[in-house]
Amino acid sequence: MDEIQSLLQGFAIVLTLKNVALMFTGIVLGVIIGVLPGLGGANGVAILLPLTFSMAQAPGGTTSAIILLSCIYWGALFGGAITSILFNIPGEPWSVATTFDGYPLAQKGRAGEALTAAFTSSFVGALVAVIVITFLSPIVAGFALEFGPPEFFSVYLLTFCAFIGMSKEPPFKTLATMMLGFALAAVGTDPVTGTLRLTFGSTHLLTGFDFLIAVIGLFGIGEILLTLEEGLAFKGAQAKMNMKVVIETWKELPKYWLTSIRSSVVGCFMGIVPGGATPASFMSYGVARRFSKDGDKFGTGMVEGVVAPETAAHAAGTAALLPMLTLGVPGSPTAAVLLGGLLIWGLQPGPLLFVEQKDFVWGLIASMYLGNIVGLIVVLTCVPLFAAILRVPFSVIAPIIIVICAIGAYTVHNSIFDVWMMLVFGVAGYVFKKLQYPLAPLVLAIVLGDRAESSFRQAMLISQGDMTVFFSNSLVGSLTGLALFLLFWPLLSLLLARLRARY
Amino acid sequence: MRSQFVRIAGSVAVIAGVAALPPAALAQWEPTKTVEFIIPAGTGGGADQMARTAQAIIAKHGLMKQSMVVVNKAGGAGAEGFLDVKGAQGDPHKIIITLSNLFTTPLATGVPFNWRDLTPVKMLALDQFVLWTNASKPYKSAKEYIAAAKAAGGKFKMAGTGAKQEDQIITAAIEQLTGAKFIYIPFRGGGDVAVQLVGNHADSTVNNPIEAVAHWRGGKLKPLCVFDPKRMPYKAKVTDTMSWADIPTCKEGGLDVDYLMLRGIFMPGGVTPDQVKYYVELFRKVQATPEWKDLMERGAFNQTSLEGKEYADWVAREEARHVQLMKAAKFIAGQ
Amino acid sequence: MSESGGGKPAFRVRAAEAVVAAVFFALGAIVIFDSARLGFGWREDGPQPGYFPFYIGAIICVSALINFGLALAVAGEKNGVFVEAGQLKLVLAVLVPSAVYVGLIGWIGIYVASAAFVAFFMRWLGKYVWWKVAAVSIGNSVVFFLIFEVWFKIPLPKGPLEAVLRLN
Repeated sequence: MDEIQSLLQGFAIVLTLKNVALMFTGIVLGVIIGVLPGLGGANGVAILLPLTFSMAQAPGGTTSAIILLSCIYWGALFGGAITSILFNIPGEPWSVATTFDGYPLAQKGRAGEALTAAFTSSFVGALVAVIVITFLSPIVAGFALEFGPPEFFSVYLLTFCAFIGMSKEPPFKTLATMMLGFALAAVGTDPVTGTLRLTFGSTHLLTGFDFLIAVIGLFGIGEILLTLEEGLAFKGAQAKMNMKVVIETWKELPKYWLTSIRSSVVGCFMGIVPGGATPASFMSYGVARRFSKDGDKFGTGMVEGVVAPETAAHAAGTAALLPMLTLGVPGSPTAAVLLGGLLIWGLQPGPLLFVEQKDFVWGLIASMYLGNIVGLIVVLTCVPLFAAILRVPFSVIAPIIIVICAIGAYTVHNSIFDVWMMLVFGVAGYVFKKLQYPLAPLVLAIVLGDRAESSFRQAMLISQGDMTVFFSNSLVGSLTGLALFLLFWPLLSLLLARLRARY
Repeated sequence: MRSQFVRIAGSVAVIAGVAALPPAALAQWEPTKTVEFIIPAGTGGGADQMARTAQAIIAKHGLMKQSMVVVNKAGGAGAEGFLDVKGAQGDPHKIIITLSNLFTTPLATGVPFNWRDLTPVKMLALDQFVLWTNASKPYKSAKEYIAAAKAAGGKFKMAGTGAKQEDQIITAAIEQLTGAKFIYIPFRGGGDVAVQLVGNHADSTVNNPIEAVAHWRGGKLKPLCVFDPKRMPYKAKVTDTMSWADIPTCKEGGLDVDYLMLRGIFMPGGVTPDQVKYYVELFRKVQATPEWKDLMERGAFNQTSLEGKEYADWVAREEARHVQLMKAAKFIAGQ
Repeated sequence: MSESGGGKPAFRVRAAEAVVAAVFFALGAIVIFDSARLGFGWREDGPQPGYFPFYIGAIICVSALINFGLALAVAGEKNGVFVEAGQLKLVLAVLVPSAVYVGLIGWIGIYVASAAFVAFFMRWLGKYVWWKVAAVSIGNSVVFFLIFEVWFKIPLPKGPLEAVLRLN
């Protein structure tokens, strides 16, 4: 097998003391970047890009440079889960779905378990994706080419339908918040005609409502306000704080093998298409909830509910590098910056990269294996440390969290207006939660709203307004069909159950 | 904070030696704090790459004592970035790299700003546009392609970056000139556009060279003509048989449309000539580095580089041209 | 908080539901209003810019009306407490200083404002001794300054203090 030989060569390139040291540095930086909502993965990589410029000019330096940058990326993927679980504040967009069960787990005093599960699943997801990249890249790289606007729309539709399903909340409240999310996503520039929508002449609204600001407010600030009602303490302070929790959780994790496989598949698919890590995590969470036998307990603190989104997010984040390398299409904002890096160093991503820059490509793939192992070791050893943060008294940690949230909201567009919006979202999050308005559909709508709308309208331009374009070939047809099935299945099964209960 | 001390020590020395120094040395302005380099476009795009390369070159060769941070402000088709610089009247620690959205965004959206609110510093280069089709298609020249588009009766799809921006303006210019009609489909970034063409979801694009070169080399796309009055000067072979210089101009091919995109530096309004001069010199030094020349060749840029009045005049001419092009295409807000 | 357990209600559920539904209705109306300006038709090449927002706004309004109706229909005994006075006081005790904090960011910079905010919290709610308050609040801002300004070169809002110290 050529791949194995190339891979071994790659390992030989990567395994120098300098490169391993760079890996550790990258991972630690990445974790910091992932933890603080103000430092996105894209941001962090972009900032360090100039630093790698002189590095890349030494012989073999492009490999070292990409190792540093990609390890920041892995670190950020790992790190995003930490604040999601501990404080209900997603450090990165793709860890929103991790809060759904991760935070309730932490509240029950099982933060260590949730963190271990999150990190381990991240690792598993990444590993599966790297294996796919190693052995199947020529086959799957072409797959992305099949995706035009109708296909993208059907993928977003599928994400939505997989996630929405049965909501425990009142239906009209779900509908209202979801539509509010779409409305917020529509603010700003219309993607197809370039006209400004819903901005009412305000320059603050030009940029639209960023997903992160809404999430930091709704989840982070909202949660602090809710916690306050119950007194001045975070629940879950009694978290176990030793390495034993890692071993114990590991014993439990193999139970979720099926979820892991499913989530890895969802993640790899969404990464290669490229649909993005955030939709992948939502889709995976939705699918897991639907197929798990404990599905109705999701949201109350199920380890499985942490495994699913984390596996998929990391698999998608890793697999997103494949279209970036072979087609020059970034699957995520961070991949976009990495892509810019490659170009600055003089590497031209595209179909020939695998042929002409063999050392670089296989060095990168080898570093994906090693970087994730290093990452796992780093974050797992820190689990007790992270869990211990919950013991810091509330009157100290709460203002610091608010400060972190404020910085995070500010840095999105360097605007204090956004910090005000964060507070408004915070109050909304508090009120919504108390009145059973679900937050998740709102957040998903903000994430997917404008993307879904632009692919829908692109598809309409192509077909000149003919809706059958969504069933025009087997790929788009089966995606749309699956989406519709998932959408109506809960309704059907609910009807069936009602009928059965009545007669 | 070492540079802080160096600077303080330096200014003490300057005060001590005032009498001895010639006045020119005193007039020399330099940044006294971190310089913000604004990009009115997203991460990973052409402007972003150029700005980050410039930043890296400046850092690597120590061309500036203070550091430089790159900030993307892409909101509202770049309006976010332009309004930020417009609002920073007199601030010499802010510069912005522009693309055609300097003209198109205010015209298409009605956002209140104009390049005259800013101070032109230096043109770095002009970005080329090339008419691409999928390599499997039979068209050998722009003429054949346009003829086919006409025959298809408005069914041909042109994929491009953004709405009512450079790609769509070129498309509209082609339509006005030839009478062919295209369905213009806007995408988010140039990389996506190129892949849509490779995947045969569109019939043609007007991608910048750097966005499509990988697929050209991979034998998936082929260039028909370049929208520059002159051929590109780069003679090194890009594919087995062709170099950038082998691509005919669109005018040669009977499609008399030319369009080049500004990649230039501006500062906020109300800055002093000294401050402008500092940045002009800074970017001259950047342009002299081998790394910059590399970037120019890789992206097949048109290396026209203007300064001062010539630059301002060029921008004014381009603005007038954009108004005219966009009026004809009915892209102007409220039109 | 235990002493607020049977406290007197500040708001009841029915009122809260009605207010939220009304806010939703207003938001939906705003969205419809602007969509109408943009055009919400379906032309031969697909929807106009206002098409989706228009229907989104319409659905928000309809859902809000239903939710409003459901809120009014909440029976007396089911009209529980939305928030007790004691709880509301605690929530406001954080929300009001937070708003002041955000207001201060523009004036005195995020670092000084953050230090003041953390200090205020620790002293007022945590009743820590002053040296601890000073250590944590100032230390926190210094760490953030190092991370954002020095290492990652992300400029955050700064005020007069940074100007005096020549840190900007």
